[in-house]
Amino acid sequence: MNYHWNWHIFAQQVQGGSETYADWLAAGLGWTLACALCAWLIALALGTLAGALRTTGNRVLAGAGATWVELFRNVPLLVQMFLWFFVVPELLPRELSLWVKQDMPAKEFVTATLCLGLFTSARIAEQVRAGIQALPRGQREAALALGLTTLQCYSHILLPRALRIIIAPLTSEFMNTFKNSSVAFAIGLMELTFQARQMQEDSEQGIETYLAVTLLYFLCAIIANRAMALIEARTRVPGTPG
Amino acid sequence: MLPNLDLEVVGASLPFLWTGLLFSLKLTLVAMSGGIVCGTLLALARLSSIAPLRNAAAAYVNTLRAIPLVMVILWFFLVIPLLTGKPVGAENSALITFTLFEAAFYGEIMRAGIQSVPRGQVAAARALGLTYAQSMRHVVLPQAFRNMLPLLLTQTIILFQDTSLVYAIGAKDLLKAAEVTGKNYNRPVEMYVFVALIYFAICFALSRLVRRLQARVAIVR
Repeated sequence: MNYHWNWHIFAQQVQGGSETYADWLAAGLGWTLACALCAWLIALALGTLAGALRTTGNRVLAGAGATWVELFRNVPLLVQMFLWFFVVPELLPRELSLWVKQDMPAKEFVTATLCLGLFTSARIAEQVRAGIQALPRGQREAALALGLTTLQCYSHILLPRALRIIIAPLTSEFMNTFKNSSVAFAIGLMELTFQARQMQEDSEQGIETYLAVTLLYFLCAIIANRAMALIEARTRVPGTPG
Repeated sequence: MLPNLDLEVVGASLPFLWTGLLFSLKLTLVAMSGGIVCGTLLALARLSSIAPLRNAAAAYVNTLRAIPLVMVILWFFLVIPLLTGKPVGAENSALITFTLFEAAFYGEIMRAGIQSVPRGQVAAARALGLTYAQSMRHVVLPQAFRNMLPLLLTQTIILFQDTSLVYAIGAKDLLKAAEVTGKNYNRPVEMYVFVALIYFAICFALSRLVRRLQARVAIVR
């Protein structure tokens, strides 16, 4: 194995540019964080909604929730990225389609974030459903008997408790979101994986490049894990085991 | 505005897509069988009483689970030729990568499976004079495998979807075949929709199958 190590590569300038390779990776980390965090917000909102719909006992609503989950869970994320990037703009009305294809700002970012958010929402929906189903049935009945509407029952009683139950699987899903954002390189979002491939080709120092990027992904995972632990501690109901 | 779809390209692409699908399936099957075998060994190592073995296995599993699969694919594509001294090609690289990567995931499932077997059974097996290897082979692993069958299959569905990520190194799988045809005929929309339908049909059918199986294999105690 003859490989020329060069750990100074990160401080060197890229070919035909004034920035350094470290700048590339920093920009990549920024896009990865932005994409994963925004996607997570979309996923939490829509996933909670879809998961709750499945437990309402109304056949139409439950069916809509189930369709949502099956649709986004059974197609590979990469294929979904291509669908949102290449196919969806073609289905829009002509004017909007042209705008999306030519003028939409940060097109790759918007597409990748939306796609990752919807993909993750299907997984969160399953966890929310499991969380709600784990609650004693009497809770819903008591809430309704007290005169709460179904909406109030979900927002004040069922969801606050269910979300606390599923915080462990939610943590690993949050960490997955960072990992999954790497797929966005395929539609040209300049996140970490995209920058890693670009730096490897440009500098031909593949091992140093991938080691650094792998470390940055590790960092994201650890931070995500700690952040969720903090939320878990903050939201714990006093007096409950945790 | 629905573009006028050209369904002829779909028909014309079928033989090419079939070749791609075969590679995707081959990759899935190789990584599944290799991954379950290596994963079971990893699980045994993680439950071993020998500390260095236990820690090494834990480090391997936790590292692979923290890195995005795309990065692992890129890593192996870069490192394997450096180690072996000759290029191995995207397809072979993918086969090796997926087997080693999935081993970490199947390993965690098998570990849960082994722990799901009541401890008394191991004690009883050893009391009967079975060696460690015999008690694992004849008593623990068959039950662990059976208990975990639905989870192992669910992981295989995820694995099948993840094979599309060999896109990163240009291996010719189902998605790549669809993309190339779409470009050649200048009909990317039809091909992306069609390939999404194929993935959906396979994964949806498999997940239904797993759900049925789940009800049937549950061990009645």
